[in-house]
Amino acid sequence: MKTDMVIAGVGGQGILSIAAALGSAALDNDLYMKQAETHGMSQRGGDVQSFMRISDKPIYSDLIPRGGADIILSVEPMEALRYLPYLKQGGYVVTNSTPFVNIPDYPEMEELEKTIKDLPNYVLIDADQIAEETTGSKRAFNFVMLGAASPFIDVPFEYLEEGIRKIFERKGEEVIEMNIKALHAGRKFAEENK
Amino acid sequence: MQKSLLLGVEAIAQGAIDGGMSGVYAYPGTPSTEITEYIQHSKQAQQLNIHRDWAANEKTAMESALGMSYAGKRSMVCMKHVGLNVAADCFMNAAITGANGGMLIVVADDPSMHSSQNEQDSRVYGKFAMMPILEPSNQQEAYDMARFGFELSEACEIPVLMRITTRLAHSRAGVTRAAEVVAQNDMKLPEDKVQFVLLPGIARKRYKLLLNNQAKFETASEESPYNSYTEGTDKSMGIIACGLGYNYLMENYPNGDCPYPVVKISQYPIPRTMIQKITSECDKVMVLEEGYPVVEEMLKGYLEKEAVIGRLDGTLSRDGELKPEMVGRALGFDVEEGAEVPNLVSARPPALCVGCSHIDVYTALNEVVAEYGEGRVFADIGCYTLGALPPFNAINSCVDMGASVTMAKGAADAGLIPSVAVIGDSTFTHSGMTGLLDAVNEKTPITVIISDNESISMTGGQHSSAKGKLEAICEGLGVEPEHLHVLTAVPKKRDDLKDLLRKEFEYQGVSVIIPRRVCVQKNVRDQKIKKAAKAKAAAKA
Repeated sequence: MKTDMVIAGVGGQGILSIAAALGSAALDNDLYMKQAETHGMSQRGGDVQSFMRISDKPIYSDLIPRGGADIILSVEPMEALRYLPYLKQGGYVVTNSTPFVNIPDYPEMEELEKTIKDLPNYVLIDADQIAEETTGSKRAFNFVMLGAASPFIDVPFEYLEEGIRKIFERKGEEVIEMNIKALHAGRKFAEENK
Repeated sequence: MQKSLLLGVEAIAQGAIDGGMSGVYAYPGTPSTEITEYIQHSKQAQQLNIHRDWAANEKTAMESALGMSYAGKRSMVCMKHVGLNVAADCFMNAAITGANGGMLIVVADDPSMHSSQNEQDSRVYGKFAMMPILEPSNQQEAYDMARFGFELSEACEIPVLMRITTRLAHSRAGVTRAAEVVAQNDMKLPEDKVQFVLLPGIARKRYKLLLNNQAKFETASEESPYNSYTEGTDKSMGIIACGLGYNYLMENYPNGDCPYPVVKISQYPIPRTMIQKITSECDKVMVLEEGYPVVEEMLKGYLEKEAVIGRLDGTLSRDGELKPEMVGRALGFDVEEGAEVPNLVSARPPALCVGCSHIDVYTALNEVVAEYGEGRVFADIGCYTLGALPPFNAINSCVDMGASVTMAKGAADAGLIPSVAVIGDSTFTHSGMTGLLDAVNEKTPITVIISDNESISMTGGQHSSAKGKLEAICEGLGVEPEHLHVLTAVPKKRDDLKDLLRKEFEYQGVSVIIPRRVCVQKNVRDQKIKKAAKAKAAAKA
């Protein structure tokens, strides 16, 4: 059992909550995990990534080697492509389709979508919209994304629910339920569209 | 025992708390900031009454930590690598005074310069000061070695340097905590009453003692649980792996079947017996180290007769972080990378936040500077350094903390008038004040803009030592009240700011303009904290 995943996005989008839920899930189930993240300057609207590694054997490197990632999970479509050198053959790109445009030379959406659809294995999902439809708020889009990546993560699905429960423990049942709903909606979409 | 999920920096913090620390001293700097933040947020640290306020800069922090060690208690000081330059005066001399209570100096290096101006390797400083160095390779070692570092410091009677790098600092893993928390030391003054008095006559004796103690430090490394020798069957090559380098080595042998003998180093001075064994038994040696080729250079020597490969001969890249695939290639593995990044992917550099007060400052400044000609704005370290990027392209320098004021002064001395400094509130109290005093004493025609967002923002909104004190400091340093201005940094005051700049650019002496508005990120965080506190109070009522 081993999954290496690059989680990508833009500083401020909150990709670390995805990593936190997964990390908590791994730890509570006696799996090894390492998760490297970006702090500092890039958090000011720059590209950020987190390397998430889960395994039932000890993990050495905090970084995923290039060509070694099973999944690229991106909460933003252009950022998904930035990490292609890390994706192994047969690996999956799971990305949100809602762009985060904070630069003047952001690519044309059509071209971007075409590039993603040319990839051998991808899930392109409008996580913002699905979050809004299922939970009434876009805020849970991160967990729609985790749900959409979940079929490719070699960790039992219940662990992910537990992880969400754990990290939102102090925020109350309502917030937990909202994010678990989002997780299920993301998974359902991926199962139907992978 | 239940594991805690901790960043490398948090593991050090928890290890120090559990290891009997009485105080942490620090100035924020990526990737070291969260060590101190973790301690500030720790209930345990609060209960133990551990000192945990921010210092004005790294030098004041290290001196305070040394003072706590003098008084017999365990202290820790934390900084980023370039912070050690600021604290170097104290650092070098602390090796001579030695420690009384255990003292741990944690320095976080940033190879690949994710958030820094250079990628200097703090192990060079450790060697320069002839101090023992610890370099944990994972989060568990980071936790264990904080406690171990205090013990080593007390056993060797010298401060101990712990060097980490970005990847360990900002990577999380499960950490098992020690079963028992070490009690804090009682206050106990040094037995030798002149130990800390570095008058030449005493310093010479202390320095000899430091030299004589080198053998003892080396023995400690030989016996350290963090250094090891692993036998291998293929002696065509031996591998010396320092700190994180060990992880990248083992990553390439997932079943633990590395055929080469391996020396793992996490404590310095380097363990001589192990090094002698591996160099004499193997045809050549590959050195894997994160940062500068420190160990490689020691082994290779000037004439390069020794068969040592690593970063100096191009086996590994001379600059930047180590990467697992880079080490894999060096070991002769075929590394298959993924697809290339498609051309349509644009760079996404960091930028000033929407609504940031620095935007108001640069917008006004650019217009006025254009009237005088470009090339006269000296900036400093902080969010406002992003003024170097489009759309502002507003600044001409960013060198070190405080250099804006003094570089503007030197340029004005050379005839570049008007000459402008842009510095943040916290950077000003860190290292800008003394430079301003130089300019005031010489009545140098410079205009200093202290862009005051009442926060140390780039590192996450820590408390600024400057808060509420800037006008008094400037006046106290001798800035004339009629050339000291404060105004709110908002779009509708941009014309006022421009008028002020034009007026002060004409003044042939020191002017200080303080555009002030709280950092937008800090504001959001403060509101959240207030709201949470209110909700808590309401729940109690």
